[in-house]
Amino acid sequence: MKTFAYRTATGLADGLEPGAVFLAGGTNLVDLMKLGVATPDVLVDVNKLPMSEVGELPGGGVRIGSSVRNSDLAADQRVRTAYPVLSQALLAGASGQLRNMATTGGNLLQRTRCRYFMDATMPCNKHRPGSGCPARDGDHRNLAILGGSPACVATHPSDMAVALAALDAVVQLDGPTGQRSVPVTELYRLPGDTPDRDTVLEHGELITAVDLPALPFATRSAYRKARDRASYAFAVGSVAAAIDIQDGLVSDVRLAFGAVAPKPWRAFAAEAALRGQPATREHFMAAADVELRDARPLRDNAYKLPLIRNLTVSVLEGLAGEVTR
Amino acid sequence: MTSTSARAVGSPLARLEGPAKVSGAARYAAEYPQDHLAYGWIVASPVARGRLDAVLTDPAEEDVLAVLWHGNAPELEKPDDPELAVLQSDEIRYRGQPLALVIATSIEAARRAAQAVQLEITAEDHDVELRADHPDRYTPETVVPDAPATSDTGDVDAALAGAPVTIDVVYETPALHNNPMEPHATIARWDGQDLILYDSNQHPSGIAETVGAIFGLPAERVHVVTEHVGGGFGSKGSARPNAVLAALGSLVTGRPVQIALPRQAMFSMVGHRAPTVQRIRVGATRDGILTAIDHQTCTQSSRLFEFVESASVVTREVYPVPNLRTGHQVVRLDMPTPRWMRAPGEAPGMVGLECALDELAAELGVDPVELRVRNSPENPRYVECLRSGAERFGWSERDRRTDGEWLIGFGMAGATYPAQAMPSTARVRALGNDEYEVAIAAADLGTGARTILTQIAADELGVPVEQIHIRIGNSTLPQASVAGGSSGSASWGWAVTGACRELRAAGGSTEEATFDTTALVQQQKEGRHASGAHFAEVRVSTVTGEVRVSRLFGMFDGGRILNPRTARSQFLGGMIMGMGMALHEEGVLDPAQGTWVNHDLAEYHIPTHADVEWIDAAWLDAPESDLNPMGSKGIGEIGIVGSPAAILNAIWHATGVRIRSLPARLDKLLPALPSPR
Amino acid sequence: MRLTVNGAQHHLVGLDPRTTLLDALRERLHLTGAKNGCDHGQCGACTVLLDGRRVNSCLILAITQQDAEITTVEGLGHKGEPHPVQQGFLDHDGFQCGYCTPGQICSAVGMLDEVGKGWPSAATSDGDDLLSDAEIRERMSGNLCRCAAYPNMVPAIRQAAGR
Repeated sequence: MKTFAYRTATGLADGLEPGAVFLAGGTNLVDLMKLGVATPDVLVDVNKLPMSEVGELPGGGVRIGSSVRNSDLAADQRVRTAYPVLSQALLAGASGQLRNMATTGGNLLQRTRCRYFMDATMPCNKHRPGSGCPARDGDHRNLAILGGSPACVATHPSDMAVALAALDAVVQLDGPTGQRSVPVTELYRLPGDTPDRDTVLEHGELITAVDLPALPFATRSAYRKARDRASYAFAVGSVAAAIDIQDGLVSDVRLAFGAVAPKPWRAFAAEAALRGQPATREHFMAAADVELRDARPLRDNAYKLPLIRNLTVSVLEGLAGEVTR
Repeated sequence: MTSTSARAVGSPLARLEGPAKVSGAARYAAEYPQDHLAYGWIVASPVARGRLDAVLTDPAEEDVLAVLWHGNAPELEKPDDPELAVLQSDEIRYRGQPLALVIATSIEAARRAAQAVQLEITAEDHDVELRADHPDRYTPETVVPDAPATSDTGDVDAALAGAPVTIDVVYETPALHNNPMEPHATIARWDGQDLILYDSNQHPSGIAETVGAIFGLPAERVHVVTEHVGGGFGSKGSARPNAVLAALGSLVTGRPVQIALPRQAMFSMVGHRAPTVQRIRVGATRDGILTAIDHQTCTQSSRLFEFVESASVVTREVYPVPNLRTGHQVVRLDMPTPRWMRAPGEAPGMVGLECALDELAAELGVDPVELRVRNSPENPRYVECLRSGAERFGWSERDRRTDGEWLIGFGMAGATYPAQAMPSTARVRALGNDEYEVAIAAADLGTGARTILTQIAADELGVPVEQIHIRIGNSTLPQASVAGGSSGSASWGWAVTGACRELRAAGGSTEEATFDTTALVQQQKEGRHASGAHFAEVRVSTVTGEVRVSRLFGMFDGGRILNPRTARSQFLGGMIMGMGMALHEEGVLDPAQGTWVNHDLAEYHIPTHADVEWIDAAWLDAPESDLNPMGSKGIGEIGIVGSPAAILNAIWHATGVRIRSLPARLDKLLPALPSPR
Repeated sequence: MRLTVNGAQHHLVGLDPRTTLLDALRERLHLTGAKNGCDHGQCGACTVLLDGRRVNSCLILAITQQDAEITTVEGLGHKGEPHPVQQGFLDHDGFQCGYCTPGQICSAVGMLDEVGKGWPSAATSDGDDLLSDAEIRERMSGNLCRCAAYPNMVPAIRQAAGR
């Protein structure tokens, strides 16, 4: 770990000097600093800023302060009732200890678990631009089938972000150039030939809150995650979904995939294909296939295609069963 | 000498060090405060093969006391284990090899300086991939521990050609990493000409000898303190580079030096279980009597050292087959040296053998339990494990079925592990008031050794366990064998028994007795085994391909069970490590980078709490009295032998899919499964 | 630089800002109950309680916790009496090598508090017993045990919860 200066942020207007980064829960940043993958000159601790409340938005919806810990958010009664998919996604991630530390904003900004990225002695275009990507020919079993590029096929590891993408959550940013709002679905950049930048955030911009718009049918939403052991493992495939069914037809649906792309993958094409269609297994499967049409699996990750298709059908069928029950 | 009414042995005495372990008071190697302690951090090779030309350091790095490499490190005596010749030459033999040692006044400074060191390396092409047809493979003379590499009885080819039923399959096991929870660690301090090592290991006497030789010291000048050990599973059986480097660092800086390996180093310099490719051919009669087996293993070792995982040896030992051929081939690669990992040979070998037998049972339509019973005419204890285990598990009521998305199936496999003892010496001293001190340089890695030796001594001396004061975990105590090969209790218990009996026989004429078992051990019964049978119920999701082990049961013959409480824990622990072997664990090789790329506990998966559902173990508790004075057989390893095969066989029963390349992960299963519902 | 650990305030002079809470506890205060098993939040051996909540001390910079009440395994129980979770581990042989044990125990203490607050887990369905075997296993999955004493920890924790 490189030496750094440490200070506590006292206000949002502080700004951020070159080489400085914000420190929130630290579960990812401190990890990467120890590995020598992150080498900030200054750590600006944002934990004392007033961003740790979950509140209601005018007109429905919920505002989640950026510093709200994953465990508190998962246990929040409003979230559990109105957005069960979010609580489930949070609880599917990490461990009890890590959820007590990790924050909402930090979770969104966590970096890939690609094994080459996490090892400073390896080539990796994300941690050392231009050094190459060994994953395409090497280990990519849990890397991207959607949205990757020749330079990078990393996946975003968050479970929470998949639920937030499905829920049309909006990230509130504050920074040197003022405040702005970015939907979670637009927060992340695809790697292209500059995979070192994960998001559209500018230097010094801080996530202050995440807004969940009112989505009445999200009371029937769910998250399902497949992984290599029963708990405490990153996803190898996951699906977040909410569905509204009227008279047997899908009147509205939200669907997002995890562990398949450099970002939480909102399945807009699948949603469009499903709207107005009968809420049946065949249509759920067909919708998943529409979304996966553009998938470009590598040698060892084609299993994610049937996995995501099956998870989609399983989650949507489960929710449809709840509706008709 | 006449103590027949054993009161302590066989009772479920709680671990003596329990209160210290649950309160945080128990001290592990890196937990002995030292004045002016310095910290060492190893700079590992980023290439698999080549030469280290120079090490350049940044003079601006603060708090750095020394940066040692072969260009400036003191010369060491040549060790038997070439991996311990640290910082002695420019040759790079594997990625992760220690190339330099940074010593600094804090962990933070040492780690940073190690990251910042510039290595000038001339890299060479490397070869790291094990293939059964690798042109450089050869048949070694022996395989570990010291068995002949090949055997051939009868006429295997003719018997296979004439067999009514044959199976011909290849099973592959990946590189596995021991990963005890406590990474290897040492604090070294020179006290005049004596070397003090607080070291995490399975063999204080052996470490003293090995490290002593490297520094030109007799073993008695090296004091190895190993009071508590955070697991080892074979990886701490011999001195590892951390011990030598800490001693070297202390020699150069004049300060005590602590080296606690980072988890990432646990995948390179401390050994691992080598991957195997096993071809097994089985011939049998229609009623399931084995007529021929050919078990050929191809495995790998490093350029530095020939260590051959003896996966085919177990096939010589379980079932009597008139025509039997076994063999091993090894390829030397630019990879770390494999070493001991829980049940070396038996654990992977019984995957090949017991899965092949399951395939045979399926081919014949014979109950897998029955198949094994029919082929064990002279092994009544094994048969009893099979029969009794089947009954307790409810094997005859097994019911392959579907429950929603889950396919449910059942599988079983046999288990075996050699019963052995090694020479050790114990000392017993009367302290007065019927209290005794028992001393032996044994190590308790969580096996319960401290507790069991106390129980043995209490019975032999005819006093309550509270009157026995046990001292272990220090090389200055009488010499003890390694805590390995499931031989600890037998070896050390034998020595303790002998010392106690001598003291009693002296009838008060002496206050101290010492007993060396070397002569007795040389006459021990050869070829005896602990045995067992594992039974598994699994469910496999047709949605995801995920496997869950709903039930796992083991029935064992471990001879006399010395402490049922600690024994059960050891059995279950081995079975669960076997579950990890079946479902989770694999060193994932990147041939281009020349290393395993999943070198931490987030990416190398071992079972979690949630992976372990219903599990239990039972045992025959039948002393084998001609083996050693306790009538015991070691039980530390047999739990991992056979449990992976039982789970794999259950997966087949549930799904019809044979996973012949471990681990049975969802990416292998899902594409082969029927669509959900 | 100050740390409040097990009720006692410590002043650490010259502490490197890079020092993790775990290393501060172990190397500076010689409170070695919290263990370093992976140093990256992947094993749980370093678990301590931070203002009563269980956390991985290996991923926390000590300098950020000057206002927190830190409890380590050494601070559980009182007057020589083990904490009920410690007693449960003793009674049920909930450990072998003991290296993950302090982390398991601190984690279980924090976990029981979470259950007391009605927090759900990934194993929770509506109306479930939050301390069923499946719940305990899921909630404790952030603590690895290579000896795999897991089956004995479940009854140990249930006993401590008074079940």
